[in-house]
Amino acid sequence: MSPPQERSSAAGLAETARQIRLSILDTIAAPRMGHIGGDLSVTDVLVTLFFGVMRYRPGEPDWADRDRFVLSKGHCSAALYSVLAQAGYFERSQLQSFMAPLSALNGHPNRRKIKGVEANTGPLGHGLPFAVGCAAGGRIAGAGYRTFVVLGDGELQEGSNWEAAMYAGHRGLDNLCAVVDRNRLQQGARTEDTNSLEPLADKWRAFGWDTVELDGHDHAALLRAFEAPRDGRPRVLIANTIKGKGVSFIEDRVEWHHKVPSPEQMLRAREELNRMELAQ
Amino acid sequence: MSAIDLPVRPGAAETFDCRVAFAETLAELARADKRIVAVCNDSVGSSNLNAFRDEFPDRLINVGIAEQNMVGVAAGLANAGFIPFVCCAGPFLTGRALEQIKADVAYNNYGVVLCGQSPGMSYGELGPTHHSIEDFAWMRALSDITILNPADPQQTRDAVRWAAGADRPIYMRVGRFKVPAVTPAGTAFEPGRAVVLREGGDVALIATGVLVSRALEAAERLSAQGISARVINMHTIAPLDEAAILAAARETRGIVTAEEAVVSGGLGSAVAELVVQRHPAPMRILGVPHFAPTGSASFLLDHFGLNADGLVRAAIELVG
Ligand SMILES: Cc1ncc(C[n+]2csc(CCOP(=O)(O)OP(=O)(O)O)c2C)c(N)n1
Ligand SMILES: [Mg+2]
Repeated sequence: MSPPQERSSAAGLAETARQIRLSILDTIAAPRMGHIGGDLSVTDVLVTLFFGVMRYRPGEPDWADRDRFVLSKGHCSAALYSVLAQAGYFERSQLQSFMAPLSALNGHPNRRKIKGVEANTGPLGHGLPFAVGCAAGGRIAGAGYRTFVVLGDGELQEGSNWEAAMYAGHRGLDNLCAVVDRNRLQQGARTEDTNSLEPLADKWRAFGWDTVELDGHDHAALLRAFEAPRDGRPRVLIANTIKGKGVSFIEDRVEWHHKVPSPEQMLRAREELNRMELAQ
Repeated sequence: MSAIDLPVRPGAAETFDCRVAFAETLAELARADKRIVAVCNDSVGSSNLNAFRDEFPDRLINVGIAEQNMVGVAAGLANAGFIPFVCCAGPFLTGRALEQIKADVAYNNYGVVLCGQSPGMSYGELGPTHHSIEDFAWMRALSDITILNPADPQQTRDAVRWAAGADRPIYMRVGRFKVPAVTPAGTAFEPGRAVVLREGGDVALIATGVLVSRALEAAERLSAQGISARVINMHTIAPLDEAAILAAARETRGIVTAEEAVVSGGLGSAVAELVVQRHPAPMRILGVPHFAPTGSASFLLDHFGLNADGLVRAAIELVG
């Protein structure tokens, strides 16, 4: 059994997040496919969870007491794979096979191929019901693990989320924590111009959730919110983020949902990330 | 994307993304008929509906990422006198909203046109969640839905025109995988009436969609080996052209079916159900046997033998 991984400080997390963003660029560069906007918006949440909060053993992926993690917005697989490689689930060199023929690194994560993946996501609106099941199962079994699930904001237009939210609230599953990557963009437009979500925090509160709004790129704030004492309600973090965070020409632009930077743009993106000021 | 910027291999026939023909025809029809509306799920771009939205902003209903709602809303729009074309990636349309399709569209018998965009394995590397290969089986299990699978841009245009006036539940694939034109000029489109593209008496290749051009290529190669293959474009999966199939069963020594869909419940099953009861004939059913591994659409078609090689092999096994 390997020991629980080391917890990182907020400053350490910021540096890890920079490395993960660079890894995302490399990962999507080879196939020239991927979802860079959502990868970059969710990076800080993933890094905080995997390197500051969650308990898991990459060498023992089926450890029964591992914290469960579900990336419901499964299109952001390049971010997830980069984090799983960093965490030690597989060799970083394997990232080069992203979406290659017969690769284990499918465009959407496949738990049959990659350890650390709990659920094969891709169709939006599946992660939260699944996570509710993980949490309810943990409750019934008397297990101590927590379940974390990351949702897209556009994804919340799927009714299945609200069915699951209602039931989690009803059951008072405080071993469950959802994060909404609130980047205000979906595939084709802004969420509020498509099918508006606001007042989003009120909706979650009405469903019985402990609702925290914060800056989804602030590792210290994320750490505090994940670790705050639990009060018998499931918790949701509405993580205000910028789609494409860290690369100026990608940030907050709808067309970068799944565009891939040209080789010149890749160079510029890498330079910007290398120069990125890390907030303390 | 236009048909012009296609990477065409030297010597290869020009190929087309049928979504372009689909969107152009829909806009054309919408100009003439105010009842036509498009309903979608954050899929304006992927369904090529940007021009439709600009021209008919009130008649594009984008419900967001909510496919069950999308199909229910479309049925309600039909009730209100509209002709809804639901434009959504195939898997999320037929999979996610299956019960809405069954109860709200089929059982109610509303004239809703369900357009499964980028069907089959055309989303390649995005993987099985994004492949729509179960659609034929799922739609075939429902009563009263016409299932269309146009093989090229001309059939796509014809199918859209026919669907707009049909006033009945319809499911249609709108292909993204680039295909050559296979329909001879002047061929009328009749739903439920297959197009025989090549006569032949040894074996019948009954193909649909992307597989039609591959079946033509296979027939060419079989003929070089002295095997005469009939090629049938089965663009309608339901109702089935029973006459064409029974003729193939009677007049050839075996039938190979080919579809970019699961091998259970689709075209092959439909053909088998018919011939086993009415005129038993040796058959091979080509399709997708399992969730696909990672790979591009074209890689996966080859991986599963859904190409001329696979068709030739199956035909020789049957009658060679
Ligand atoms: C059920 C379903 N419908 C449609 C899609 C296609 N799709 C993939 S990503 C996406 C937009 C997601 O937006 P959001 O949840 O806000 O994610 P993010 O902005 O973080 O990329 C859509 C519509 C899908 N994957 N699943
Ligand atoms: Mg978003």
